[in-house]
Amino acid sequence: MADLSVNIAGLKMTNPVMTASGTFGYGLEFQDFMDLSHIGGIIVKGTTLHHREGNDYPRMAETPMGMLNAVGLQNKGVHYFVNEIYPQIKNLPSQMIVNVSGSQIEDYMKTAEIINELEHIAAIELNISCPNVKQGGMAFGVTCAGAAEVTRAVRSVYRKPLIVKLSPNVTNIAEIAKAVEEAGADSVSLINTILGMAIDAEKRKPILSTITGGLSGPAVKPIALRMVWQVAQAVNIPVIGLGGIMTAQDAIEFLLAGATAVQIGTANFIDPTTCQKVAQGINDYLEKYGYHSVSDIVGALEI
Amino acid sequence: MKKYILDLRITENIWLNKTNVLIKATHSSPLPEILPGQFAELRVDGTPHTFLRRPISINFVDRTRNEIWFLIQTVGNGTQQLATLKKGDLLNVVFPLGNTFTLPREKESQILLVGGGVGIAPMLYWGDELKKKGFTPVFLLGGRSAENILELEDFRRLGEVHITTEDGSMGEQGYVTQHSILQTTIFTHIYTCGPKAMMQAVARYAQEKGTMCEVSLENTMACGIGACLCCVEKTKKGNTCVCTEGPIFNINELIWQI
Repeated sequence: MADLSVNIAGLKMTNPVMTASGTFGYGLEFQDFMDLSHIGGIIVKGTTLHHREGNDYPRMAETPMGMLNAVGLQNKGVHYFVNEIYPQIKNLPSQMIVNVSGSQIEDYMKTAEIINELEHIAAIELNISCPNVKQGGMAFGVTCAGAAEVTRAVRSVYRKPLIVKLSPNVTNIAEIAKAVEEAGADSVSLINTILGMAIDAEKRKPILSTITGGLSGPAVKPIALRMVWQVAQAVNIPVIGLGGIMTAQDAIEFLLAGATAVQIGTANFIDPTTCQKVAQGINDYLEKYGYHSVSDIVGALEI
Repeated sequence: MKKYILDLRITENIWLNKTNVLIKATHSSPLPEILPGQFAELRVDGTPHTFLRRPISINFVDRTRNEIWFLIQTVGNGTQQLATLKKGDLLNVVFPLGNTFTLPREKESQILLVGGGVGIAPMLYWGDELKKKGFTPVFLLGGRSAENILELEDFRRLGEVHITTEDGSMGEQGYVTQHSILQTTIFTHIYTCGPKAMMQAVARYAQEKGTMCEVSLENTMACGIGACLCCVEKTKKGNTCVCTEGPIFNINELIWQI
């Protein structure tokens, strides 16, 4: 058994496999299918200061090797999370991380302050890249100044590891990554979904109620891999790679490109046991090539 | 209720008409507890064009043969691929998912199960359950023409069956809500599954008569287990996942304009 453990600015995980926010509920939904201790970290659904109803149905469109979603951060707000969800998840056998979203700097700060008090929440992933919410989210994530501003504000109130989730819907993602590193981020995760669209030609109408939505799944993997590689060159903080990972081989490609850890997203919808299989497959790969530790292959791409 | 991910083995593939196929599958160990109205997420293998699982209602559970039945209407690439499964093939299934119908309290209840097209699927298992519990369900099945009235013999074994077809090729001509049984009998409970317009018409009838009515929704979904939040229906509680809070809803919970 190879050493799969990773440490992202103090966030210690037994393996580099995490779940992407919004694809794994609160972890509880998957307990029937697998032992959650096989997952390095569980990033729970996007949480905002106040309750959000999300967007109208239809919110999903299947596309070739992928899907578009326009959920719009439906959640019951951070207070509900603290009172109703946290007691159920605080003792799950994985590192629990909350994805925090908002439309104003103050909302991000208040939410982060509340999460900061939760002993069993190991880190925050700051969502500055949701493409499905009109105000905010992605608005912060598409400029260096906006991304740095929200990162700095949350950094000032949050003491544990702070991961910032980056949007691919930008001209130069490495510049954004450098800006959030400068502003105090401990790590960056990328990519969030790519803005896309689907049309029903028979009805001459968009499929999603919001017209556009976020593309995920294997279709986006090459783009994600390229961006992870670019960002890993540009920053000194650990990079968490995600985008279309379905198998251990996909995950290993991200590690080779420079990611310290990976997130599994859309694949959870097709096989709820994907995370466990990916962690096992990374171990098998390390053993096959005689690597002692997963850190040996991070950024080990030979060019 | 515990959910499972299992590789089932296909025992039969029966084409009921040009577009509907009945797939029966079994497992080496006894199938888990499955409630009427629940559904399964079927993985579609062997095609690059289908990415997500397909949510399919559970048509019937035959405990003596340890078989689960899926009635599949071939509409797109995913369902067409599922229809090609042959005896002996494996089918990866996440199930059982969702809630169930509400059992009437009194045995004298006048119960009507209304199914339209492939929407008859959950009504067979529900009708069987009602009969086993000592109720006397009446069935009302609708379709475009006689060939769209599926599993008729199976329904007839469970109780009285009424039929409407739009072209009049079987039963009374018209829509299910125009059937004479609705004029002559006062029902206390109506359960329905089918095209949304049909369910809304049934819901309107039930609302006018003050009859308890449950509908089975089939919003498009990805995960089927409450993680992706894609399949929401607007209810009095706000946007609600059909996969976990449904697929069965009392019409009073919904905010349909009917």
